[in-house]
Amino acid sequence: MKLTLKALAKSPWVYHLSTGSCNNCDIEVLDALTPRFDIERFGCVLVGSARHADVLLVCGSMNRKTIPRVLEIYGQCAKPCLVVAVGGCACSRGMFKDSYNVGDPLDSYLPVHAYVPGCPPKPEAIILGVVKAAEVLKKLGKDKPADPPEVE
Amino acid sequence: MSLIWIIIAVLIFPGLLFTGVVGLLMSWVDRKVTARVQWRVGPPLFQPFYDFVKLLGKETILPKEGNPFVFLLAPVAGVAAVTVASLILWIPILDWKALAPLGFSGDIILVIYLLTIPSLCVILGGASSGNPLSSLGSSREMKLVLAYELPFILAIVVPIIQSGGQLRLDSLVAFQEANGAVALKLSGVLALIAAIPCIQAKLTLVPFDIPEAETEIIAGPYTDYSGPPFALFKLMRAMLLFVAPMTLVIFFCGAMNFDGIMNSVLSVLKYVGLLVLITVIRNTNPRLRIDQAMKFFWTIPLLLALGGVILALIGL
Ligand code: SF4
Repeated sequence: MKLTLKALAKSPWVYHLSTGSCNNCDIEVLDALTPRFDIERFGCVLVGSARHADVLLVCGSMNRKTIPRVLEIYGQCAKPCLVVAVGGCACSRGMFKDSYNVGDPLDSYLPVHAYVPGCPPKPEAIILGVVKAAEVLKKLGKDKPADPPEVE
Repeated sequence: MSLIWIIIAVLIFPGLLFTGVVGLLMSWVDRKVTARVQWRVGPPLFQPFYDFVKLLGKETILPKEGNPFVFLLAPVAGVAAVTVASLILWIPILDWKALAPLGFSGDIILVIYLLTIPSLCVILGGASSGNPLSSLGSSREMKLVLAYELPFILAIVVPIIQSGGQLRLDSLVAFQEANGAVALKLSGVLALIAAIPCIQAKLTLVPFDIPEAETEIIAGPYTDYSGPPFALFKLMRAMLLFVAPMTLVIFFCGAMNFDGIMNSVLSVLKYVGLLVLITVIRNTNPRLRIDQAMKFFWTIPLLLALGGVILALIGL
């Protein structure tokens, strides 16, 4: 396993990406960043620019307006970049599955490395998701996450 | 022969490798103290090294609208400038025969210039990336440089006057060894107090992290950087975190001295104390606006430094 990937597993910088959630998952992500949970123990830092992101924390069921934007932001990330689906909505569209404006679920567009179920998930679960996604990277070893497909 | 020594000095001992490793360790101290102030556990010891190695392995994305040449060269120039600054500052402390001829009359001025180059590189890098947020960050950084450079240079004039108008680092260090630290006199105290916020702004730490205010302009000049160039910028910041407080220790606090255990411990304590002071200032203050920062630098530190210069001329 490459040294740089090993280092990536030790310093996953997270980028918070809300794709139209009910906002509760976003609040839980912000909770996970507070001193009480101290994600810096695992080397996580919240970054503001997608270029610096190692882990995309995607919340919410993507709707037709946000799908192209999510793919664009994923394209802006420097690879290798991991994707963590936070909350029932991001995992499977949750209760908005049959909504008129909701398209396909997140994992039909992007390679998702960890699913964090819950509505909303606890901050501890989100941190566990990030750490586990970094471990997935260890197992995958050499290969980089695939590029997203083109959107029409 | 002496050329080989100089190359070793630049690349390994007081230069790149040493400054880089110590700088990354010091950025861990900074992060750990921050974490303790916020009642957290904080990152593991090697966290800055993980970050650096990780960034080396990430993809480098070149901006479409920008100037890739300047974009890639800016971080390299920044690291090089800090390396040379560190080397020059270490020459009088180490007092090695092979390096002694490198000290010359006017090296204090050279150090002041070299410590400004990282800010210029950040400005250039941000402006060349073609990103509106980056150029906003660059323009703020430029204003910040204009604001703090004058009080900083005035503060540095005080030790020069006290040591008899010599522009040489080694004579400054020798003067402080003979007559006690510059900051033991009233003029030195004023100048040191004026210089600390200037260093804070040079390191762009809160309350002067206006160029990279993440809540307003994402990451400022660094917004479009990724991969190895960003790693170099991180390294530059870490090295500056080592070199900039060390400059203050050398100019005001009686330099550093590594013969004997007592002296070594005292030197390290002086440096770490200053670093922790900077970190505590960073953690107990909110971010200023750029106009407030300029107003601040052009009143309080400027007047303090001016007062210091006048007192030093009188001989206090
Ligand atoms: S999973 Fe629940 S809390 Fe999260 S966005 Fe969906 S509905 Fe809201």
